[in-house]
Amino acid sequence: MSGVIDIRGVEYSYPDGRKVLNGVDLAIAAGERVAILGPNGGGKTTLALHLNGILQPHAGTITVSGVPVAEEHYREVRRMVGLVFQDTNDQLFMPTVREDVAFGPMNLGLTDEALDQRVDAALEVVSGAEFADRPPHHLSGGERRRAALATVLSMEPEVLVLDEPTSGLDLAARRELILTLADLPMTQLVITHDLPLALELCPRSVIMNGGRLVADVTTGDLLEDLDLLAENRLELPYGFDRSTDHPGL
Amino acid sequence: MTVIAMHAPDGFLEAGTAVVTGLISLVVIGVALRQSREQLKDKAIPLAGITAAFIFAAQMFNFPVAAGTTGHLLGGALAAILLGPSVGAIIVTIVVVVQALAFADGGLTALGYNILNMAIVPAYGGYAVFRLIRRMFPSTAGGVVGATGIAAWASVVMAAVAFSIQWLFGASAPVAFDTVFGAMVGVHALIGIGEGIISALAVGAVLASRSDLVYGAQDLDTAQLAESKVGTRTFVIGGMLVALVFAAVVSQFAVGNPDGLEKVAEDRGFIDSAEEHSLGDFIFADYATDGISNEALSLGVAGIVGTVVTLLVAYGLFMGVRETRTRDPASV
Amino acid sequence: MGAGHSHALYVHEHSVVHRMAPQAKLVAALGMVVSIAITPREAVWAFGFYAAVIAGLTGVSRIRPGFLAVRLLAVAPFVLFALFIPFIATGETTEVLGITVSVDGLWGTWNILAKALLGASVSILLTATTEIPDIIRGLSILRVPALFISITTFMIRYLELIADELGRMRVAMTARGYDPRWISQARPIASSAGALFVRSYERGERVHAAMLARGFTGEMPMPSTEAIDRSQCAGVLMLVVLFAGTAIVALVAT
Repeated sequence: MSGVIDIRGVEYSYPDGRKVLNGVDLAIAAGERVAILGPNGGGKTTLALHLNGILQPHAGTITVSGVPVAEEHYREVRRMVGLVFQDTNDQLFMPTVREDVAFGPMNLGLTDEALDQRVDAALEVVSGAEFADRPPHHLSGGERRRAALATVLSMEPEVLVLDEPTSGLDLAARRELILTLADLPMTQLVITHDLPLALELCPRSVIMNGGRLVADVTTGDLLEDLDLLAENRLELPYGFDRSTDHPGL
Repeated sequence: MTVIAMHAPDGFLEAGTAVVTGLISLVVIGVALRQSREQLKDKAIPLAGITAAFIFAAQMFNFPVAAGTTGHLLGGALAAILLGPSVGAIIVTIVVVVQALAFADGGLTALGYNILNMAIVPAYGGYAVFRLIRRMFPSTAGGVVGATGIAAWASVVMAAVAFSIQWLFGASAPVAFDTVFGAMVGVHALIGIGEGIISALAVGAVLASRSDLVYGAQDLDTAQLAESKVGTRTFVIGGMLVALVFAAVVSQFAVGNPDGLEKVAEDRGFIDSAEEHSLGDFIFADYATDGISNEALSLGVAGIVGTVVTLLVAYGLFMGVRETRTRDPASV
Repeated sequence: MGAGHSHALYVHEHSVVHRMAPQAKLVAALGMVVSIAITPREAVWAFGFYAAVIAGLTGVSRIRPGFLAVRLLAVAPFVLFALFIPFIATGETTEVLGITVSVDGLWGTWNILAKALLGASVSILLTATTEIPDIIRGLSILRVPALFISITTFMIRYLELIADELGRMRVAMTARGYDPRWISQARPIASSAGALFVRSYERGERVHAAMLARGFTGEMPMPSTEAIDRSQCAGVLMLVVLFAGTAIVALVAT
């Protein structure tokens, strides 16, 4: 199967020699939404950083829509893959949200009206018009998360990679974000510890542990497989596990 | 504990001195900007920007001095040792400029000498002292920490010296150079003790967690970094004693009668030979030379310390340029 | 002076001065402080005139005089030094309230006081009527080098965040009973400074990654460069000419 994302035999070690990715193979088809689950230090974020060339694999290849992720294609790949970092304060580095949303398209060479259109369209998707001209540190957590999403939507990516998109959000903000993401047509990779989020958004889940993929299943099946969850330090919220009795139910 | 040489307001020194120091600062910062770009490559903007925010915040670090009184960090030498002299000079300059423009702290026409005294002299001069002291200390984490302490102390003293020398050229009030020099350098020799201790311990903490981030220790390998014993307590107490003695001697100038020094100068025939100073009448501010009990001696001391500070700053600049050239870009 | 740095001095109002282009205000402020700095101290009338114009501007900007006065305390250490001068200064002496002081020294005090206070008033007016990002934008329009502007922009963006981290560290230390009174107890503070540096540096690296991910190549992309707006030239010119003219007259007359 050749997908929009094709990862083959990718290996990566930290400068101190510790191996983080140990032969990862993963193919994702256009329009798919896939959850990447697994314990901390399992290599999820490291893999995400490979998808648009922030990190280079020490072995193996990655292609996005047939374009190899290599230095001569960075410009193209970084347009196609939108990476939303876990800490929104890393993602939002400009004085106002609008300037941040414009940063990517400006690097692509857009100016004037074409730029304004891109920015407004991206802000529209996340309902961000009302906070567009505010500095990021004056936004609520939910607004910051939506602003961070807009900064990559303005590049009109084909693939969205979201690192822990719901961390630090209150329940209402989490709900708004899920609804926004569910409406987006592009391929999505969602790195998360939030199993209900995975179930709601992503039909397919993969688990990374020890630098390799240890499971690639439908999310529904995964949540039934308590042994697999436990092996990978994953746990359903209390009370959601139907196989045992709970005194509170 | 307020530092007088820092954040000087408008009109503190005469216009000519403001213009000359402004030009010097402009040229040095131009060089430093280019160096920073060479050293940090495309990371220059986010890394320098965010560490500048760190230095800004570090100046809010109030540390205890004695009996509950507090002082705060200036950070010029600390920035230079952590990030290299050029990046250090740039980020402290930015802090000083933003403090003047956005926080009305320090005069706009005083920016030339404020940048020179708070950013350029402490960063380059402090880094030069750091390098020189490190040669005398073992190549261990302890050696780096000790050299940081001395360099950070010296950077504050050098800033005070620089200010005094500028006073010699651009005094705006009839206070003799001796008095300003003695009071400034004496007070800052004491203030510098806190700067030295905090900077040294801060660099020690960074060495313990991310030694690769300490620019001034990148020549050390893991084994050398593991050796930290230099007897910190003895060192701190010894350093404080030296600083106190230094402060006491220098402040004799403020009293206006440096007997001991004068005697040495007479014995060496230094006073007679330096007696003619018609040129001095022309370049030095009248105020700064009026009322000095022994003008030749005072100007002689000013000349010597001024030259030493200038040489150190020049050496720091040279080190910054050379290290950027020879450093493997991948390691930065 | 530490506490003063933590928050900006901007006063939210809707005055003519607030609406002026930042670059215009920067040029005006610089022209004013330079004029003040070169005015000879004997021209007392000139300083009176500057003070009157600045007071007028304060009124037009709807800045309360009390606000200005409190902010002027930032120059207090220098005022103290200035007040000391007559006693340590040299030259001809006179008696004031029975105390012998230097005449020249009194002039020195006046010189530093007048220039420092007027200069600082101009700076405070600038910062009270202009938000920090606008000041940076003004500098950029005035052709300050782009690298300097970019680094400054990032510093401003992350200043509050890092100051907050510092604040949380201090609270955490205080919560565990840390109340240092002597320099020998300063190690935890210095260690937290080191930790804060590491965090700042690592954030710099993550931000750099986030920038690369959106196509950053090392230069900050600039939206079409703004031309200098000349519509406010007249007002700026008037202020600068007024101040510079006064300074020149004072220089010639004394």
